[in-house]
Amino acid sequence: MYEFLIAPFVDYVFLQRALAGSIMLCLSSGPVGVFLMLRRMSLTGDALAHGILPGAAVAFLFFGLDLAPMTLGGLIAGLLLALLAGAVSRLTLQKEDASLAAFYLISLSAGVLIVSMHGSNIDLMHILFGTVLALNDQALMLIAGIFVLSTVGLALFWRGLVAECLDPLFFRSVSRLGTPIHFAFLFLVVLNLVGGFQALGTLLSVGLMMLPAASARFWVNRVGPMCALAVAFGMVSSVAGLLLSYHAALPTGPAIILFCGAIYALSILGAPRGILLTHLRRTRPHRAA
Amino acid sequence: MSQHAHIHSAPKRTKDADAALTFENLTLGYGDHAAVHHLDGTVPRGALMAVVGANGSGKSTLLKAVAGLLRPMSGRIARAPALRLAYLAQQAEIDRSFPARVFDLVSLGLWPKRGLLGRLRQADRADIATALSAVGLDGFSERAIDSLSGGQLQRALFARVLLQDADLILLDEPFNAIDAKTVRDLVALIQRWHGEERTVIAVMHDLALVRETFPQTLLLARRAVAWGETAHCLSAENLLKARNFAEAFDDTAPWCRSESA
Repeated sequence: MYEFLIAPFVDYVFLQRALAGSIMLCLSSGPVGVFLMLRRMSLTGDALAHGILPGAAVAFLFFGLDLAPMTLGGLIAGLLLALLAGAVSRLTLQKEDASLAAFYLISLSAGVLIVSMHGSNIDLMHILFGTVLALNDQALMLIAGIFVLSTVGLALFWRGLVAECLDPLFFRSVSRLGTPIHFAFLFLVVLNLVGGFQALGTLLSVGLMMLPAASARFWVNRVGPMCALAVAFGMVSSVAGLLLSYHAALPTGPAIILFCGAIYALSILGAPRGILLTHLRRTRPHRAA
Repeated sequence: MSQHAHIHSAPKRTKDADAALTFENLTLGYGDHAAVHHLDGTVPRGALMAVVGANGSGKSTLLKAVAGLLRPMSGRIARAPALRLAYLAQQAEIDRSFPARVFDLVSLGLWPKRGLLGRLRQADRADIATALSAVGLDGFSERAIDSLSGGQLQRALFARVLLQDADLILLDEPFNAIDAKTVRDLVALIQRWHGEERTVIAVMHDLALVRETFPQTLLLARRAVAWGETAHCLSAENLLKARNFAEAFDDTAPWCRSESA
């Protein structure tokens, strides 16, 4: 048991780093994912994750596989996408989801094209699927910084986010903070995706954000506990994914996300708000009043 | 002074000291189309006024504009200075699947006091409990909002309005799909606000209830068909006039000229 579960993390520094990095990512992106889901913006996370790619790719073009420029490039591209989509939805009749979809499709194609112009397929795989087993000090520091910034930001905006999700018209009638909070929140989303991009790549970083959040929704009915549960689900998946990829020599990023997916599937079926308990039980216990 | 606000009178440029709201040649709408047309008049402080009209007659649009959620296409709305406002939208605007308790929903009413970062104090909690009790929701504080009936949710929303402690209260179809008992209780609350000299404007459909409860009525059909004492305003003749207006936006409608006239 010890051999299987604990020893790898004790023996190998690269696994310790991977564990530290992914746990910080869970802590910071789990709650962000919960709010994305509650704001019915789950696919926005996906679109923004793709939007990061061309920025990272352009940086790759000039600096090679170097963390700092690629992170910065990704951050700029992601924010640009969020602002563009927001602007299009406010200035034209098109809704934000449609413009996001349009821009991320363009971004993704541009990104893949740029990387393949100057890199190999292996480079492309690195960028798309990450290298959680090769996190250096620089990358860990970046993830830690993003974790702190994201947590503080979310704590500051918490009540505003809740108010705006719950009753947007009311919130607009008592406060002008709605739009600033919306964009600050999108900034946090992009920040977390950029943080996850080094470890899990652009495609999978959104998985660690959305899947634990979507799973947690089936278990609890309060925002706080939902965030805590999403973080816990993410951590369990990270540990399990790292172990699986170590023992079976499988790619780590997808292994972690597949564990997230397994938890999601179990939640759909067996959670208090899942299918089995809400639909298949013929008579449900109920209170007299 | 007269309790009547006159229609088609020249816009008052001097602000009425007793006015909670003044509309000056107010036109509201979406895109090119006006939903409320050249509205002039005054809502006195302490008025209890119903806004009545068919679907699409501009009632909700007017309330939204008063609440500051919609910018006028032309003309203006003058609010009395330092007027505290509470706006209760139609129930459909609320995300009922959001994981919140009644307490969370009602405590939003303290937003103007506490803002983004202020924490709720002990006195606030007491105020919330008092408000819940006033709407007949004792013991509902911890209930999830997705477990409430339509009437219970509306009671909770009225508790939120109570907490806002506003001078001007805007209610958009507060009694849609609400059972009779709840309507009675909430009407009593509206009358209490009226007694406290708060200004209340409510979009209403039930004309019998309007005649019973609201001294003033504005009958809208994009423009003001009648505005004043309820009995006079809701005459058969006025109601017929209001009924004969085209509900759909007409893309070939001529541009309204009265602006330059």
